[in-house]
Amino acid sequence: MKLWRDEFSIEAAHERYVARRQFGKFLVLTSFGMFVGNFWILARSYFRRDEVFSRSLIARASDIPKGGVKLFAYPGPQDPCILFHTHSDRYVAYSQKCTHLSCAVIPAADGQRIECPCHHGFFSIEDGRVLQGPPPRPLPRIVLDQRGDELWAVGVDLGSGAEPPAETKA
Amino acid sequence: MSEPRPVSRGLTAIDGAISLIAILLVVQMWLLTATLEAFLAGHYEVAGPGALISAVLFAASFALYRFIEAVDRAGVDRPKT
Repeated sequence: MKLWRDEFSIEAAHERYVARRQFGKFLVLTSFGMFVGNFWILARSYFRRDEVFSRSLIARASDIPKGGVKLFAYPGPQDPCILFHTHSDRYVAYSQKCTHLSCAVIPAADGQRIECPCHHGFFSIEDGRVLQGPPPRPLPRIVLDQRGDELWAVGVDLGSGAEPPAETKA
Repeated sequence: MSEPRPVSRGLTAIDGAISLIAILLVVQMWLLTATLEAFLAGHYEVAGPGALISAVLFAASFALYRFIEAVDRAGVDRPKT
């Protein structure tokens, strides 16, 4: 067998077949990757469904004036959250990660909305729903439980309607 | 009128199959992003059907790829004229 036969094993007439076959293989491998992604979501959903949140003392109500905010982390130390004492005298808390690209949200200048300064997304301070801008989902709401002067975080509501909205009056 | 050459017919079949795989892949990409969006919004119940449909789409893509291989093999094995 000649050496060049080993180096150029594909004849010119069949070259088009090989190129298409390789492209088809690439597409099918990508399709497999998509399936793995969907399966990963399924696995995460299965394990997250039974997630149990701990109780965590986040603030004393008397420390936060009307219109004031307090930052805290819940449920883990890497999950920044923000607590508001609204002008309607309620305590509400949300995840501080914008649902668009995870920038930190802050109170808007008007005191009535929550703003994501990265892409000018706005959320309602009352229930976390999207008012304006690119965020696709409401802010995850931290479920609060007020015991006297103490404010406790007891869960996270992603806005799916799985838990009834809780109001914590001052 | 002359018949199309076998190599040309084989290439047409392969092109058609690859186009179908590409369409299925686009659907799968959309499905993955939609399922991820729903998962992040807390709608965990969509993950099961999403994974099932994605598996069906992958199986269809794989079947089409096997078809490409079969046509390819037939083209390569054909005696030279």
